[in-house]
Amino acid sequence: MAHSSNRAVAAPSHGDGHGHEGHHDLEGMRMMGFWIFLITDCILFGSLFATYVVLSGNTAGGPTGAELFEMLGVIAETFILLTSSFTSGLAVLCMNKGDRKGLIVWLAITVLLGASFITLEITEFVNLVHEGAAISTSASWSAFFTLVGTHGLHVSVGLVWMIAIMIQLGRHGINSVTRRKVGIISLYWHFLDVVWIFVFTIVYMMGVM
Amino acid sequence: MWDNVKDFASDFFVTGDPLIYGADVAIVLTMVAIVSALTYFKKWTWLWKEWLTTVDHKKIGIMYVIAALLMLFRGGIDALLMRTQLAVPELEFLNPEHYNAIFTTHGVIMILFMAMPLMFGLFNLVIPLQIGARDVAYPFLNSLSFWLFFMGAMLFNLSFVIGGSPDTGWLAYPPLSEKAFSPGVGQDFYIWGIQISGIGSLMTGINFIVTILKMRTPGMKLMKMPMFTWSTLSSCLTIILAFPILTVTLALLFIDRYLGAHFFTLDGGGNPMMYINLIWMWGHPEVYIVVLPAFGIFSEVVATFSKKRLFGYKSMVFALMSISVASFFTWAHHFFTMGSGANVNAFFAVTTMIIAIPTGVKIFNWLFTMYRGRLSFPTPMLWMLGFIPCFVVGGMTGVLLSVAPADFQFHNSYFLIAHFHQVLIGGVAFGYFAGLYYWWPKVFGFKLNEKLGKWAFWLWNIGFYVCFMPQYFLGLMGMTRRLSTYGWDKGWYELNLISTIGGFLMGIGFLFQVWQILHSIKFMERDTTGDPWDGRTLEWSIPSPAPMYNFATLPRVSEKDDWWEEKQRIAQGGAPSPRPKLEPIHMPKNSGIPIIMSACFFVAGFGFIFDWLWMAIPGLVGVAACMLAHSFNYNTDYYIPVEEIKRTEAAAGRAI
Amino acid sequence: MAQHTNQGAHDAHGSHEAHGSLKSYVIGFVLSLVLTAIPLIIVLNDVLKGTAATVVLLGSAVLQFIVQLVYFMHLKEEGKPRYNMMVLILGLIIVLTIVAGSIWIMTYNKVA
Repeated sequence: MAHSSNRAVAAPSHGDGHGHEGHHDLEGMRMMGFWIFLITDCILFGSLFATYVVLSGNTAGGPTGAELFEMLGVIAETFILLTSSFTSGLAVLCMNKGDRKGLIVWLAITVLLGASFITLEITEFVNLVHEGAAISTSASWSAFFTLVGTHGLHVSVGLVWMIAIMIQLGRHGINSVTRRKVGIISLYWHFLDVVWIFVFTIVYMMGVM
Repeated sequence: MWDNVKDFASDFFVTGDPLIYGADVAIVLTMVAIVSALTYFKKWTWLWKEWLTTVDHKKIGIMYVIAALLMLFRGGIDALLMRTQLAVPELEFLNPEHYNAIFTTHGVIMILFMAMPLMFGLFNLVIPLQIGARDVAYPFLNSLSFWLFFMGAMLFNLSFVIGGSPDTGWLAYPPLSEKAFSPGVGQDFYIWGIQISGIGSLMTGINFIVTILKMRTPGMKLMKMPMFTWSTLSSCLTIILAFPILTVTLALLFIDRYLGAHFFTLDGGGNPMMYINLIWMWGHPEVYIVVLPAFGIFSEVVATFSKKRLFGYKSMVFALMSISVASFFTWAHHFFTMGSGANVNAFFAVTTMIIAIPTGVKIFNWLFTMYRGRLSFPTPMLWMLGFIPCFVVGGMTGVLLSVAPADFQFHNSYFLIAHFHQVLIGGVAFGYFAGLYYWWPKVFGFKLNEKLGKWAFWLWNIGFYVCFMPQYFLGLMGMTRRLSTYGWDKGWYELNLISTIGGFLMGIGFLFQVWQILHSIKFMERDTTGDPWDGRTLEWSIPSPAPMYNFATLPRVSEKDDWWEEKQRIAQGGAPSPRPKLEPIHMPKNSGIPIIMSACFFVAGFGFIFDWLWMAIPGLVGVAACMLAHSFNYNTDYYIPVEEIKRTEAAAGRAI
Repeated sequence: MAQHTNQGAHDAHGSHEAHGSLKSYVIGFVLSLVLTAIPLIIVLNDVLKGTAATVVLLGSAVLQFIVQLVYFMHLKEEGKPRYNMMVLILGLIIVLTIVAGSIWIMTYNKVA
């Protein structure tokens, strides 16, 4: 903490002190912490996947995923989230060019895509419940709703967070702090897309196969 | 109306047990005493500004240690209650339900609310000083971690007087912990208390990894780090890899209980075995999480009091880091009897035996460090010496347990109880005590009384063997764990009585420690050198207690144990290494958000426990609001001017 | 992410990072689209069945994961020492252990 800013105040006299491994840079350090957080989130999802894989066959005589999954909606969700991962990357590109307006516009597009993903997912959940597959139906559905729902919860949190960052960008413009925040949220967003690829593959594709 | 209130209160509060009424009265009186003392001495502002909102790692560390010692007291009382109940056959001191609750809270508190915070306290007190940093990587997050731990621990302890304690064992195996068999709120207290403090542990793990990797002072290469720093790194690595699994496991159990899901139920396709599989994937690494830093402490202590470099630095680093990864490949040895087949059992038996190797390596490193050293035996070193035989025996019985076929005999017997207490008391508790005694003068500026400390050490050490050696034999004689009473005809009477006496000896040892602390505060001799033990690492190069910015100028390190080498150079007539010019120091500002946010978590947790959504939802909204408030705050730091640094250093007797 | 740790100092002075071109994002996006389409075609048209299909499905997922790591998250551009890469690999080993270990242990404890 302190080091980084020492450097901000008196960079020339201090420059040589940083030849060793590890640069004491505040924003960079925060990025690293967030990366480690994402790894812990990976393990969180890993545990949920393990539970899903072990319990997915246990339908207790109730409906199975293969019977109820509506693949059209799931395919739409997949491509929407994939596109939003791309647009969040375009937002970072605009930021690197110093284009604040472009940055906010691409973030807004990402939020809209994310929101439509969530809308589709909620619709899917409601339909499933109507067709007799709720979280309390069987172990298989408990694991399904928890895994997919946790991902959805992550996306929803990301939406709120992204809107908060857009407001901050409006207030403060692009500086080292907002730059780090945009970097973090786009990293988070790519991560959620990666998790979804595995949800899509393991839960849906292998479920209907 | 009045009847409604009475009905509610009799459900809400725990009633009917004189012990608990006594505790109620004690709690209320203590609270009243604290509040009136703070008001009388007008200390509320001081408390808020200096402690509750602080982001200073040294103060957070002190708060961790105080909380951990309080929890040690409570967990210890639980232990003595159990030992009292078992002292004589067919005693009716505790009824079986009460006994169940007590062994559950004893286990949870000792591991999660005593060992973990004591460990985090030592990280906070020592790591930044040892690597020449001015704070941790994320001071705000550090404060949040503490308050989450604290609120989680308070929520868990609240179950004692409100709603009823959990009573399904420290890992709450289903199906017993499911709604069908534990309909009370105790189990939900367990889930939320651990869950909230678990989030804090995870964040501390991230915080210290980044601190160690990114904030070392110039010249301190990885292979020049002090051993406690290495052990912290390996422990934190294990934390970040293991704690998400705990979060998921407890969340699934809660979803089962709250939403009627079927993860671990007996019906609906649920599988209780999956819970046991998941929880031990966290649970086994967890014991390494708490013991690794103790290894680091012993390494520091043994080198300091042998006046020698640690023997086998590289092998020690390798041992620590390999344990932190290998600990993830042994979990099934906790449930050999579950029936997972011979292949599974054989695999996990072998991995368990393999992990004993790096542990054995370390024992030899410590012994060779002492060999031909200039030894002295103050209290930290005594705990170190007490640890070695204790841990060797504990480790050996662990290897016995790892033999899968033999485990079918040992499983869930007192043999197991004796084994894990031997590694957890002999390894973890002795280690953290050594650490507390060793770094106490750095933190508070005075040493603890040696004479009382020696009394405490011998009482603990003798008490330990008297308490737990008989339990190995009780286990072999067939006494199973979690047994609330036994008959005269079993032949377990004498050994149990001896064991109880040992337990009380340790209790008296704890009282000596409390006396020691109070006595030392009253008759303290200020340490003005900052280096009372003739230490080796950077934390001893600055005044005690450390100034708020730790290092006026960052030390430049060129060797392992750089402070020791510097002292040798000066003793041989060399000049002290030149210090760079003072510059204003950048510091983080205090923040009230961590404590408020954690309180909101507490409220949300309490709401979910009682299924009061009117309380849970505002709690969660409060959490979100705190996060946003923090995100929108760009005014988070300030500078300490050079003049103030000069004044502080001069006051500590340091020329700049 | 990674590269910030080493280039962050320049951030403070307002210069740009050297990573992430439009080209890399477009390549990543196109590859991801292709890798999502392959399993869809295979499963929905019943081209492959059984183990073969499972292998192709998981293979495309893992490939897409790598594509996103390289083209979207720029993991390759991290400066040394590559802590982020190390933590990632360690995390993946643990995830694999959790999933494979659970499947292995629980095969013998199946309930309906």
